[in-house]
Amino acid sequence: MKILNYRLVIFILSIIFGVVFAIPSFLQTDTGKKISLGLDLQGGLHMLLGVQTNEAVTSKIKTMTTSIKYFAEDEEILIEDLSFKNDIINFILLDSDEMAKVDKMLSEIKGLDIQKSEDLTYNITLQPAQIALTKDLAVSQAVETIRNRLDQFGLSEPTVIRQGAEDIVVELPGIKTAAEEKAARELISKPANLELMAIDEDKADQVYTLTASQASQYGDIILEKNDGSGEKYLVKEIPILDGSQIIDAQVAFDQANQPIINFTLNSSGAKIFGDFTAKSVGKRLAVVLDGTVYSAPNINERIGGGRGQISGGFTLVEAGNVAIALRSGALPASVKMLEKRSVGPSLGADSIQAAMLALILGFILVIVFMVLYYGLAGFIANAALITNIFIIVAVMAMFGATLTLPGMAGIVLTVGMAVDANVIINERVRELLRQGMSIPKAIEDGYSNAMRAILDANITTLLVAVILYMYGTGPIKGFAVTISIGILASMLTAILGTHGIYDALMPKITKSKNLRKWFGIK
Amino acid sequence: MVWYKIMELFKTDTIYNFMAKRLPFMGLSALLILASLGLLVTKGLNFGIDFAGGTIVQVKYEQKAPIDKIRTILSGTAEFQDASITEFGSPEEIIIRITGSSADLANDIGDEISVLLKPTGKFEVRRVDIVGPKVGGELREKGLMALALSLLVILIYVSFRFEWRFAVASIFALVHDVTIALGMISLFGVDVNLDILAAILTILGYSLNDTIIVFDRIREGVQKSHKSVLEDVVNESVSRTLSRTTLTSLTTFFVVVTLFIFGGEIIHGFAFTMLVGVVVGTYSSIFIAASFLVQLKFSIADFRSKEAEKLKRQKEKDKMRAMYEQGTV
Repeated sequence: MKILNYRLVIFILSIIFGVVFAIPSFLQTDTGKKISLGLDLQGGLHMLLGVQTNEAVTSKIKTMTTSIKYFAEDEEILIEDLSFKNDIINFILLDSDEMAKVDKMLSEIKGLDIQKSEDLTYNITLQPAQIALTKDLAVSQAVETIRNRLDQFGLSEPTVIRQGAEDIVVELPGIKTAAEEKAARELISKPANLELMAIDEDKADQVYTLTASQASQYGDIILEKNDGSGEKYLVKEIPILDGSQIIDAQVAFDQANQPIINFTLNSSGAKIFGDFTAKSVGKRLAVVLDGTVYSAPNINERIGGGRGQISGGFTLVEAGNVAIALRSGALPASVKMLEKRSVGPSLGADSIQAAMLALILGFILVIVFMVLYYGLAGFIANAALITNIFIIVAVMAMFGATLTLPGMAGIVLTVGMAVDANVIINERVRELLRQGMSIPKAIEDGYSNAMRAILDANITTLLVAVILYMYGTGPIKGFAVTISIGILASMLTAILGTHGIYDALMPKITKSKNLRKWFGIK
Repeated sequence: MVWYKIMELFKTDTIYNFMAKRLPFMGLSALLILASLGLLVTKGLNFGIDFAGGTIVQVKYEQKAPIDKIRTILSGTAEFQDASITEFGSPEEIIIRITGSSADLANDIGDEISVLLKPTGKFEVRRVDIVGPKVGGELREKGLMALALSLLVILIYVSFRFEWRFAVASIFALVHDVTIALGMISLFGVDVNLDILAAILTILGYSLNDTIIVFDRIREGVQKSHKSVLEDVVNESVSRTLSRTTLTSLTTFFVVVTLFIFGGEIIHGFAFTMLVGVVVGTYSSIFIAASFLVQLKFSIADFRSKEAEKLKRQKEKDKMRAMYEQGTV
């Protein structure tokens, strides 16, 4: 009988595959595909964020109101009571001759429902389809913005992906300290909504006596200064410009060597800004970031070129983060934290150590037991078991899977279950040998008898693993992946591989006839 | 010669009469299930933050954690009055459980807690898990879905591969295992989180494995042996697979025990559930699953005649095909 048979060849090939692809992960070499550690093992931050998409709709309405206002002023069309409440834009056109012009302008904006009454009161809302689109866009834009910010923040391998209709998953491995984690969270959550707003100079002196609702009757809102001094400003509710027109923002220093942020507007922003400053000389301009006033300088002359600055007692780090946030754009809507999992690196290291210890100990116990109980047959089963582990690691490395704590538990469990196939086979073979069957026939029949049971058992476990993968989140998915790979690998090693070894050793076994040495029975 | 007495713990030629004692075992199981259900109703499950929502903060001190001091500080605040503080693995390490969660990204509960605990000594916040109510609800839904779907898929697969009574009996055995495992989880107040769900689903797969190996033997016995009394076939099959069932359970048990002892505090709940599952699963595969099959009055004669029918039809088909191919039809 020849030594090489097809089963043994496949087994040897899978050993080579397993060893070659598992080496980078075991030895942690610099090159080659490795298993990456999950956040629970290396430490890091996992968050599920919910985008408040309703805000995006409101802010779109606000931007549209801003452009209607600018259009009317630019074309010198008289409109009155321009406002946006409950996501409805209202205004009254004073001169019916201008109706065609206004209607043409509005018709150029897609997705509007426009209602006009007899007295030329306009009632503008967004169409439902447009609202859905705005919300959808807001989420993808938020993903893009957060990704940009984190890239510039300098963390290694941030993951930002959309999940479902309104949620975003953010994963930051490599966060080392609680302070760093907090800084990252602050950066992500910063709306970075820059608005340049006109101060209502006519009523500026009433700012401390007006209530918010009184102010809104004038079309104004009251904003506070950012330094906590309690200083208040009465500004026009409809901003002149918003942050969407910013193309660059950089940290610089003023004469007193305080950090400030210089920003640059795009060309249309520059034109609007120039026009506004030209006609507002002598008045003040409020630089508003996320709803608080940073500065309110006097306008001395027309400001062309579309450049401006934000000053207001930043620390250097703050200024840097604000600049990053402005450059990467405003969040179209605020985000809320739905779920957070943060693991410190030291805890991750502890978990690895504990799980590794359990893995190795459990493994040794099983291996020793198999040899004690089955003799050389136990050795053969162990060869399959060790190959199995190599294959699991190799396959995971190839697919770039991450190893999580439940994933490690999955490997530990696979070790226990992979032995099962060999236990079933060995028991069957022993049974036949006891009945006095010849060794080659006992092995052949033992395998074929055991086959059906092993397949049925493995397939059902695999089905459960697939369901776990479908309905599990994060770490549980890792668990499902490792047991699936483990089960498939065990079919290759424990069934095919060990059979190949027996076939190759058959001449020796038949010659020695020592059943105790080979199979642990009399 | 003691040695190979050990090497052959179970001789497969001894046939035990399990079925004669099936009623006492089923009675014991019924008792365990009732007790478990009782516990689940009265004490209930201790849902962790994954399913109930809430916050967990794990803190490690450089010295022994001043639990009383921490308790005083937290109970003095409005927000964290109901916080529970327990030691976690070692006297230096504690877990703070809070039922509420916070949606504020820039300043979350973890940040607030570390500010509050500043005066208690040097510590490191090692883990902050926050699960909002929406996510908790979703995870709960998905978890139940996974459990129900698993059972359904198993039912279909086993019906397809065996017979419907086998499927029903295996589902009975699974429900038996899961109920008792849940009872133990309730009894020991284990935090039920996603990992426990994973453990339960694994028990499901594992116990099913065992049951299927036994059922496979019964199927084989029904097809091959000349015995026509179901009890006899079942006794023979269970006895023949006894060594395998026990050995595999033993090896898995070794692994799960090491995981339980050395795996670290975080996978403690998982390992505990697995431990219970392995024991209960082994018991049910030997004593309960096949008993159900007998109880469901699976009929060997019917099965054989159906198999024969199938075989006949197949033969006729083959004959027709052969004739067709030879051109005689």
